[in-house]
Order: sequence, then C-alpha cells, then structure tokens
Amino acid sequence: MNRIRNVSVVAIAGLVAAFAVPAVAADTITVASWGGTYQEAQTKAFFKPTADALGITIKEDTTNGLDDVRLQVTGNAVKWDITELGADECARGSKEGLFEKLDYGIIDKSGINPKLVHDDWVGISYTSVVLIYRTDVFGDKGPKTWADFWNVEKFPGRRALSSSQATETLSVAALASGLPIDKVYPVDVDSALKSVDKIRGHVDAWWTSGAQAMQLVKDGEVDMASIWNGRAGTLKKAGAPVSFSFDQGVLTADCMVIPKGAKNKEAAMKALAMFVSPQLQANLPLYVDNGPVNEKAFETGKIPPERIKDINSAPENVKKQVLQDAEFWRDNLVEATEKFNNLIQQ
Amino acid sequence: MSAQSALLKEIAGPAGQDLNAQALRADARRESLRLLALLAPSLFLVCAIIIVPIGWLFWLSLFDETGAFSAANYARFFEQASYIKTFISTFKVAFIVTGACVLLGYPLAYMLSQLPRRAASICLIFVILPFWTSVLVRTYAWLVILQRKGLINSWLIDLGVISQPLSLANNFSGVVIGMTHILLPFLVLPLYASMKTIDTDCLRAGMNLGAGPAATFRQVFFPLSLPGLASGVVIVFVLCLGFFVTPALMGGGKVVMWAMRMEQTTSLYSNWGAGAALGVVLLVVTLALLGLFQWLLGARATGVWSSR
Repeated sequence: MNRIRNVSVVAIAGLVAAFAVPAVAADTITVASWGGTYQEAQTKAFFKPTADALGITIKEDTTNGLDDVRLQVTGNAVKWDITELGADECARGSKEGLFEKLDYGIIDKSGINPKLVHDDWVGISYTSVVLIYRTDVFGDKGPKTWADFWNVEKFPGRRALSSSQATETLSVAALASGLPIDKVYPVDVDSALKSVDKIRGHVDAWWTSGAQAMQLVKDGEVDMASIWNGRAGTLKKAGAPVSFSFDQGVLTADCMVIPKGAKNKEAAMKALAMFVSPQLQANLPLYVDNGPVNEKAFETGKIPPERIKDINSAPENVKKQVLQDAEFWRDNLVEATEKFNNLIQQ
Repeated sequence: MSAQSALLKEIAGPAGQDLNAQALRADARRESLRLLALLAPSLFLVCAIIIVPIGWLFWLSLFDETGAFSAANYARFFEQASYIKTFISTFKVAFIVTGACVLLGYPLAYMLSQLPRRAASICLIFVILPFWTSVLVRTYAWLVILQRKGLINSWLIDLGVISQPLSLANNFSGVVIGMTHILLPFLVLPLYASMKTIDTDCLRAGMNLGAGPAATFRQVFFPLSLPGLASGVVIVFVLCLGFFVTPALMGGGKVVMWAMRMEQTTSLYSNWGAGAALGVVLLVVTLALLGLFQWLLGARATGVWSSR
C-alpha cells in the first residue's frame, strides 16, 4: 500500500513537473537551513530532487534560527520561502504568528508524529542529544547514562554540556536525576535546575554550537560531553577515539515553516510537500546522521538495513530516547532558559 | 574672535575699526556656513545611521512583550544577579585587556617610531597583517595553540616543565589572550602615529638641558605621547565592551560578556525591547565612562597641547 502511494506521489510529482516546467520555469524559492554538512545532505536529499521534479530553482541560504525569521517578518523583509528551525522555535514562532498556514491538502502528513504536525509548521528531521566519551580515556567503560555523567567520583574527567540549548541540557539533567525516559515530560524545571546545579561546578566548557562541541571532544579538551548525534557520528567516522549510543538520548525535531509574507508561497508549499514525502525523507540518512521525520521513509526500501540501526529516528532507537516536547517548551522555554542562564553564569 | 578684534584695533585704528570688524565677522559667518554645507552630507549620515537607530533602540527598550509601556526590560537586571555579574565581568575583561594592550603596545609603538622609516613601514605591515584574517580564524588559531593538547601545553610537557596541562583556553585567561592579540593593533596604530609627530627637537632640547635618556623619555617624550595613548586606550576599551566572537569561543561559556548576553536575550525574547535594554545600558555606561575619562585626561591633555 505504502509503496504504491509513494510511487504515485513520485508519478504525480513527475506529471506536475512535465506540465509545469514551461509555465513555472522561472519559479525560484529560497530555502534556509543550518548550513554545514547537514545542509549539504539536505541539498542532495531534498532540495535537488525537488527542484528537478517541480522544475523550479531552489536557492539556499543559512539561518541562525527564530530571531532571523522574526526580524524578516516583523521588518516586512521576508527573503526566505521556507526555513528550518528547531521544533521549540517553531512552536514559539507559531504563537507569535510568524508563519503562513500550511496546506495539508498538498502536504501529506501521514507517517509524521502528530506532535510535529501543526497548522503552520511541520517536522523535517530529528537530531539526538547523546552522551559521548573518549575511549582513549575510559576504554569501553565510559559513562553510559546521564547519571554516570553526573557521577564525578566514579567518572573523573573533564566535561562539556550545552549552554545554548538550555532545553536539551534540562532534559538531560532530568534524566541524570534518575527519571525514566517516559517521565521526563513535562519537565519539572526547578528540580532539573537543581540537577544542573550539582554538575555545573564540574563542567569545564559550556558549548554554544555543534562545531564547538565537536572541537572540544576531538581535541581532547574534554573527556565526555553532550553532543548532537550528527556531530558525534562525524567524529567517529573521522577516526576519533569516541563512543556514544542512543540510550537516554534526547530526540529533538527540526521543523520547516513558510515565513509569513513569503513571496513564493505556492511553490514553497509544493516543495515542502516533497521534502516531507517518504521518498525524499529516505534520502536524508544516506548522507547524514539526522533521522527522517517521516517513519514511512523506513518502508521505502531505500535505506540499507544495516544503516537503519545507526539512525536516531529508526523505531528501535526512538524507544530508547526522550522526545523533546515542543509545545511544553513553547510555554516554558523563556522562563526556564532565563533561570538556566542565571544558574550557570553565577 | 577677541584676538582677532584686538589685532584689528591695531591695524585699522579707532576710525575704520567698526567697519572692518563687521566685514570680518560677516566673512567668518560665511566661512562657517560653507563649512557646515561641506559637513552636511556626513552630518546627515551620522544622523541617519547612528542617532536615529539608537533613539529607536531607546524607544524599543521601553516596551514589554505585549507591546505595553513598561520598565520590565530594565527591571530584569536587578532581579537577576547574573546580569550584574555579566556586567562586571565585561568591564573586568575590558580593563585587563586594555591594560595588557598598553603594556605590550607602548614599547612596540615606541620601537616603531624610533626605527628608520623603511624598517618601520615593514614592521608596520606585520602589525596590520592580522587585520587581513578574520577574527574567527585568529580565535580558532589561539584555541589550537592554547588548549590542553595544544602547542604550548604539549611543548611544555615534552620539555618536562609541567606534568599536567595548563588551563589556558576555555576560561578567563583564554579570553584575555585572544582579545589582547586582536585588539593590539588598535592601540599601536594611533599611538605610533602620535609618536611620529613628536618633534625630535624637543627631545634634543631636553638632553641639551642636562636630562639623561630616561629623564627625557619620562619628562618629554611620554607626556607628548599621551594624547595618542589616550585615543588608543579609548578605542581598545570600547571595542572590548562589545566583543563577542572571541569570548564566546575562548571563554568556554564560563566568561559571559555583555554582547553574548545580548545575543542570548535577543533570541530568547520575542520583543526586541529585551535585547535593546541591554544595549542601552551598555551604551549609557560606556558614554559615562568615556566622559569621565575625557574629564580626567582633559587637564593633562590641555597641558600637553599648550606646551607644544
């Protein structure tokens, strides 16, 4: 059934392309994402095939996140037609009315976790926050759980956590205090902060970007860290002596939106429909470690079976992780982040 | 003007005095109007690019998320201790980096000013060269040098000087080292320029009157170089207060500067006012400090200028 549907999607896309090419050949949309290897993978997995199928040109840009969108929308200078954000940013931006409504007549939402399907934003991929440690320091007896990470007597060593992603660090802190993965949400912010308070004196670096987290671990500046799985995978592939797993990972979704006032809304809607389709979603893990948001991607047969176990959003791995609740953070992020910053900057 | 009219009195005598004075005054007025006309484009630019946006920043900082007029954005600073701490550490870094720049930059500028012109211009290229590389690249380079398994630590360990790596990066010392390197040219260049204009005859005159080299330096050269030093210090200090990239990368999140807090606040709150208020506070305090500095140095500087 799914196969047939997927084939038909591609067939329809092909038809659209065949008829539309002469008429909309000049259509150009601009898509902004996070840059780096992730965006390069998206180009190959999503943007290029979509541009070919729809006969449009997809220009790329990079974003810093919600404040970029806010600046463009409130300043009436929207230059992007689609932009990627973190799911909590989508939820907050939605509350601020920064995005266009999505047309689920065009975008097929089946296969996407309903928590990531909203009036004006939709999930696009998953990143996991994982615990990484250096095997040249710990062998294979490194910290496996966040409680281990917090245990400075049993696992002496230098530590790094994220300061820019307060919500992720708070989820990790909640896990460290011993909560099982299904009890983390809704996060009890105050007790998570107490947990952060216990470890903050032992944190040697607070990272603010994925590249920084990677550099800290790669150069041995720290022995263990919280890190995004994509960065962890890159380190491992580059031969760095590191180990990580999806156990107690924090699964965070990225999402895509059409900023309010986007100039090519219709073409953007069609492109977005392609991006979240199982066929293109299945391309993503072929190029990068960020998992597809559409679970039907695993049924397309495009992803080699031996690759599936390394993908954070594969059903097997999802069970081991906590899914960040975007709507919880929509309502609590500002206060929690302010408290978190106050605590770690004390 | 008074000097001019006194001069006029002498030349024209009592009879033609009024007439000439009038003509001269009219001429002076025309002159200043012409100057104003010449200045108009840049004044307009300053107004459009600096005054209006800053005024807007002030205005924005007075509104909360709901768009209501409130002091909530400012109240936050006093409710939460970490803002005060960030503020203090920003000024601490600025003072220390400025001090380090003076200690390193003054001898360098002095040496440059004493070198023959050709050698000096070659050396100046080395001072300016780092400007051709981005701040980001230079900061990462420092990270490579200073980190635990970086060049300095591995050399020192290999040489047996230390057994445990020194903590040079991802802390306060990393921030100070990185920022001093990046800001040093901003002190050296104005200082060098002002040292070059010091009349060597003054130094010779000092020697001639029996002062030794040290006394000549202390009593003649150093006071004459003060205006250049002051402008270098002001530039470095003000740049320090707004520094972002280097402390963000070299501080390991443990040295939080005001500009980093601004970035956090701007992305955290949906109203620009939250970030704007931080900008306003920094601007006001910086201007107040500059005013104080000017006032403190004013007496010295006037003394120096009138002695020339």
